[in-house]
Amino acid sequence: MSETAIELKGSGFTLSVLHIATNDIAAITAALDAKISQAPSFFAMAPIVVNLEKLAEQTIDFVALKEALVALNLVPVGVTAATDEQKVAAKEAGLAVMIAAKQTAAPTQEVKVERVEVPVEVPVAQYVPAMVVKTNVRSGQQIYAKGTDLIVHGAVSNGGEVIADGNIHIYGTLRGKAAAGAQGDQNARIYAQNIQAELVSISGNYWTSEQIQEHRWQQSGCIHLDGEQLTISSLQE
Amino acid sequence: MARIIVVTSGKGGVGKTTSSAAIGTGLALQGKKTVIVDFDIGLRNLDLIMGVERRVVYDFVNVINGEANLNQALIKDKRVDGLFILPASQTRDKDALTLDGVEKVLDELSEQFDYIICDSPAGIEQGALMALYFADEAIVVTNPEVSSVRDSDRILGILASKSRRAEKGLDPVKENLLLTRYNPSRVERGDMLSVEDVKEILAIPLLGVIPESQAVLKASNLGEPVVLDEQSDAGQAYLDAISRLEGNEVDFRFLTEPKKGIFKRIFGG
Ligand SMILES: Nc1ncnc2c1ncn2[C@@H]1O[C@H](COP(=O)(O)OP(=O)(O)OP(=O)(O)O)[C@@H](O)[C@H]1O
Ligand SMILES: [Mg+2]
Repeated sequence: MSETAIELKGSGFTLSVLHIATNDIAAITAALDAKISQAPSFFAMAPIVVNLEKLAEQTIDFVALKEALVALNLVPVGVTAATDEQKVAAKEAGLAVMIAAKQTAAPTQEVKVERVEVPVEVPVAQYVPAMVVKTNVRSGQQIYAKGTDLIVHGAVSNGGEVIADGNIHIYGTLRGKAAAGAQGDQNARIYAQNIQAELVSISGNYWTSEQIQEHRWQQSGCIHLDGEQLTISSLQE
Repeated sequence: MARIIVVTSGKGGVGKTTSSAAIGTGLALQGKKTVIVDFDIGLRNLDLIMGVERRVVYDFVNVINGEANLNQALIKDKRVDGLFILPASQTRDKDALTLDGVEKVLDELSEQFDYIICDSPAGIEQGALMALYFADEAIVVTNPEVSSVRDSDRILGILASKSRRAEKGLDPVKENLLLTRYNPSRVERGDMLSVEDVKEILAIPLLGVIPESQAVLKASNLGEPVVLDEQSDAGQAYLDAISRLEGNEVDFRFLTEPKKGIFKRIFGG
């Protein structure tokens, strides 16, 4: 009857990719569990694609793998870099076979010189005012700035969490966790007056305090991605 | 209208009941009509520290359930005029308190008293939420160690989000930090956090610093709130805190190790 009940369109999403180097499900579960426990809320119900590159000729119990991921509160979506046999087995277990889009050589910023006059509909970016928290974010509190930046006047305590789809500015001390670019914006940044964080994450790339301690610990700084690599730089530069 | 003050901490055993008894008694000594309410249903501790355990007939839960009226349950202190205790029940569990019931009792107390001091149980569950829900002010009791500071931080978050004032969008609950069991020599050795460390992390006004003191143990064994021991360091520190609570500026004492005399230096002590 209605022709517009559905519409099928291609679209890109940011998914977490799990690279496994063994087909021992118990070992994978243990390692993943340890990772997740560092930042449970960032992984809760996260869609996961399993990369099989390192397991070229091995058989994998996909049903067990899927169950293990579900038990860890993840949503297994599919596999990638699979051999033909692995593809068949993965499909039987109800997993999608996915092909990673080739990393395009041209960086997104590059401007095309040739002018092509094609009428296109350009989605106009809506201005979404930043979310402002004028107090401290205490242990046990979680603040999420959906679709925008987050500004915190106070400190973020140990055990407190701030998350934003955009950038995060913290004018006090960051002792808890902060995740910017939560929907995949790799250009998102975290600025803090004093960095003593338990965890920082940009678009899913994260460091725990162990790694942060080697960079500008107890100093002000800006946390951002340099390619895939997290970096903490001085605000003076 | 009474000032309703919750004495809370998150972490257990940090000195909430000791502080409730001392501050309540001290306010009454200043001529303020004060009631200390024990919210620690099932454990009942306040009556022991106040030395009134043998006089408990009816309790908080009896009043909420309509089994006794407030004046039957209130215990009048025999040492200090204008000081009353509303004891907790030992035989019920924490779910015996309801928000409606607590509100009714606090409203009735509000008509008679200048101060209502609510001694909270440890934790962040039902019992602690009941104790803090109606508060105008909070005294957050903290020991100078990391786990206690973390729990205080957690309670501050709860005060800012789950109290009546937060839910109704009124002025926030006024926050006060009371650092207890402070041991300057252990701070100097680096075994304990300093006043400055704790202030830095919690970022709320400091109401008082109570030193770790034998006088507190003595007082609770006697059932005499420590402020009645006017010579004691802890008693004096609590009196200073009470004065600050009433808006006075008082210098902080007992932040450093007392200078040892020549004999003590030679013979130890
Ligand atoms: N300043 C102090 N110096 C020495 N001992 C203290 C001091 N303050 C409290 N204590 C001791 O610490 C113990 C716990 O105190 P208290 O019962 O007041 O804590 P609480 O926070 O009410 O505990 P709970 O969470 O179980 O209700 C008691 O033995 C008390 O005597
Ligand atoms: Mg107690």
